[in-house]
Amino acid sequence: MSWFIARRLLSLAVTLLLATVVIFAVLEIVPGDPARLMLGINATDDAVATLREQLGLNQPVLMRYLSWIAGMFQGDLGHSFTYGSPVAELIGERIVVSLPLALMALAISTAIAIPVGIYAASRRGSATDTAIMAVTQFGIAVPNFWFALLLVYFFAIFLRWVPAGGFAGWDEGIASGFRSLLLPAVALALPQAAILSRVARSAIIEVLGEDFIRTARAKGLTRRAALWRHALRNALIPVVTIMGLQFAFLLAGTIIIENVFYLPGLGRLVYQAITQHDLPVVQGTVLFLVGFVVVTNFLVDITYAWIDPRLRRRGR
Amino acid sequence: MALLEVDGLNLSIRGRHILKDVGFAIERGKVTGVVGESGSGKSLTALSIMQLLPHRSDLSGSIRFDGFDIAAASEREMCALRGDDIGMVFQEPMTALNPLKTVGEQVMEGIRLHTGATRKEARERAEAILEHVGLPPSQYALTRFPHELSGGQRQRVVIAMACALRPKLLIADEPTTALDVVVQARILDLLNMLVDENDMALMLISHDLGVVSDMADDIVIMRGGEIVEAGPAIPVLKNRTHPYTRQLAEASTHVPARDPDWRPADGEGKAVVSVSNLVCEYPGRRTGMFTREPPFRAVDDVSFDIGAGEIAGLVGESGCGKSTLGRSLLGLMQPSSGRIEFDGRDVTHPDSETRSEMVEFVQAVFQDPFASFNPRHKAGRLVAEPLFLRRELSAATKRDMALEALENVGMHASDLDKYAHEFSGGQRQRLAIARAVVNQPRLIIADEPVSALDVSIRAQVVDLIVELRERLDLAWLFISHDLSVVRSLCDTVMVMRSGRIVERGSAQQIHDNPREEYTRQLVAAAPDLEAVIARLGDEG
Repeated sequence: MSWFIARRLLSLAVTLLLATVVIFAVLEIVPGDPARLMLGINATDDAVATLREQLGLNQPVLMRYLSWIAGMFQGDLGHSFTYGSPVAELIGERIVVSLPLALMALAISTAIAIPVGIYAASRRGSATDTAIMAVTQFGIAVPNFWFALLLVYFFAIFLRWVPAGGFAGWDEGIASGFRSLLLPAVALALPQAAILSRVARSAIIEVLGEDFIRTARAKGLTRRAALWRHALRNALIPVVTIMGLQFAFLLAGTIIIENVFYLPGLGRLVYQAITQHDLPVVQGTVLFLVGFVVVTNFLVDITYAWIDPRLRRRGR
Repeated sequence: MALLEVDGLNLSIRGRHILKDVGFAIERGKVTGVVGESGSGKSLTALSIMQLLPHRSDLSGSIRFDGFDIAAASEREMCALRGDDIGMVFQEPMTALNPLKTVGEQVMEGIRLHTGATRKEARERAEAILEHVGLPPSQYALTRFPHELSGGQRQRVVIAMACALRPKLLIADEPTTALDVVVQARILDLLNMLVDENDMALMLISHDLGVVSDMADDIVIMRGGEIVEAGPAIPVLKNRTHPYTRQLAEASTHVPARDPDWRPADGEGKAVVSVSNLVCEYPGRRTGMFTREPPFRAVDDVSFDIGAGEIAGLVGESGCGKSTLGRSLLGLMQPSSGRIEFDGRDVTHPDSETRSEMVEFVQAVFQDPFASFNPRHKAGRLVAEPLFLRRELSAATKRDMALEALENVGMHASDLDKYAHEFSGGQRQRLAIARAVVNQPRLIIADEPVSALDVSIRAQVVDLIVELRERLDLAWLFISHDLSVVRSLCDTVMVMRSGRIVERGSAQQIHDNPREEYTRQLVAAAPDLEAVIARLGDEG
């Protein structure tokens, strides 16, 4: 098992290194001179040249790449052109909103999807199953901002249980922070739960058709016991795969929800940095997100090996 | 009163009538063999007894087990019965165990469920039963996972699970079909031993009359969901009064007719294939970033010739390298060393031009007639596939050649426009053979071509192989683990073990007078219906 983890860690490091090269190269070839963009089209050529010099944009490409990497190891992702503050600091401010939001959404989605999936699979073909599948179809089809608007209307405006938007920060107390994030998390979670419950249902149904379920039943296990003791864990692999993908999406793919709820999240940061050609912020956040996705995949791989002993063998 | 009495059993699944008025009895402590071809309803009869039928099954009739009415039992009563009084063993040991749980857990589970034993007691009992079925815990720890055991060992685990609580009835549904002959013989011995010790009744289901003939006290023969004949084994096997029983027995001992005057066109003794000192290796498992275990030698210094029009058999247990050898002759695998010659021409390391010429020389037929066709293509296109490289041929010529190939295997022009799923298993294997003969090769490599087929269809395919040899002057390399087919079909036989050919001789000599101990074991392990019938004849 430790061998397996070591191999995965190594491939994680290689992936990250390749990612830095690709991110740097892509931003290098997109059109537009950052110095000119920052100063506006009316700036004199002299001013642009001075700024280029200050930003170090005149150095050779390799030097700039290496100094970017070197800075990264010291926690320095560069300075934002537009905000004037360090990129690491900007990401830090946003991640305290985005990460708890993503985790809450994932927890809510899993808490809904797994029981629903199990229930539907164990009553396959029944009216309940058909009804559940229809509801999840609806959940996938409806965009999450629409859920968001409904939730705001009902819970924030009508019942006044939670704020309708905004995030005052964790300094106001953990409870108040969670209250601000609850509605956006639910809005994000519902469509994800719909997808995940369908995945869980079909994975369980497939496993229930396996020979070893019949063996378990021949041992005298009830249908229910065979499901809990033998089918569930076997059905986890596709479920964990989808959860990994969803988590990555939830961290940065939530710009619409962030806008609906006025949340200062990572999605907004990336969006603003792109529209303002704020290269260091784009580079920094993209790299951060790539790192996050790679780490998530690493955790998913470890989970696979924990679930399935066949994957633990050395040098697969 | 018999232990199990089945009477007037009718079963429909989704409106399809599957079992028709099935009735038979199983006596205490006796072995009852249930024999039938695929679709005969033998497995569904077993699942009816277990009440483990698929969804939307409609069962009527009576099943009395030890005075208890199974057909009227509640699910709860059945759960108490299953695994305790009735155990069941299935065909496919590779998938019958949960891959995520250790062997020990899986054996203990049933024991704890039915006896309420503590973990410790259950572990002790599991250890005892595993030891008894030939998996001593000192060697095969209870903490092993199923994938760490071979097929035969897994089947022993399944048997241990089924027999852990000394059931009164054990149902074994094709328990050895997926296993090698030698392993099969050992598993059958094990079942026999358990029957004797525990005074257990055994319902042994098989498609192979040979497998049950040696063990069964009673025999039930099924076809198309009905019981054709049932009774004590000796008269059933000896008299074979029912025409279907006779047909089954003949099919499983079938010897294809040969034309005594037939000679290969090139004259006898000329080698179409000549293999010398062939070595094929698979890379070893990775042990580190840049290190691997030493390579695995699947084929180890093998030399042989196959003469024009010869049917050469290649037998051995699974993993002995016989399929790898076949693949290397087809150019699907690069040998590490040695030499392969087709008609005197070196094709060991073919360039792309030689490779396209090899297609004209050697073709293949594989085991699974269901998986080896593209489901979206029609038979005409499937059969014409090997002609793909021949750009000079027009579409019409290719179609004519495909038709000729189909007619060669006994199929018709009307079959050209059918899809693979419209054919039965036997027809699909004919289709595979048609595809192999369409470009008139000299040699066909057939890897277990009849293993997935029912005995009666197997007999037809075996006939077809001999017929095509004579009509098209074809040589065959017939790879099989089934010695009885090899014996009746092949001219010569090579016995392979751990990558080496340990013995080669005429089919008759290998069977009647094997020189090597290993060959002797193989021959002894193979179920031999003919021998059983002959013995019954002598006895009276």
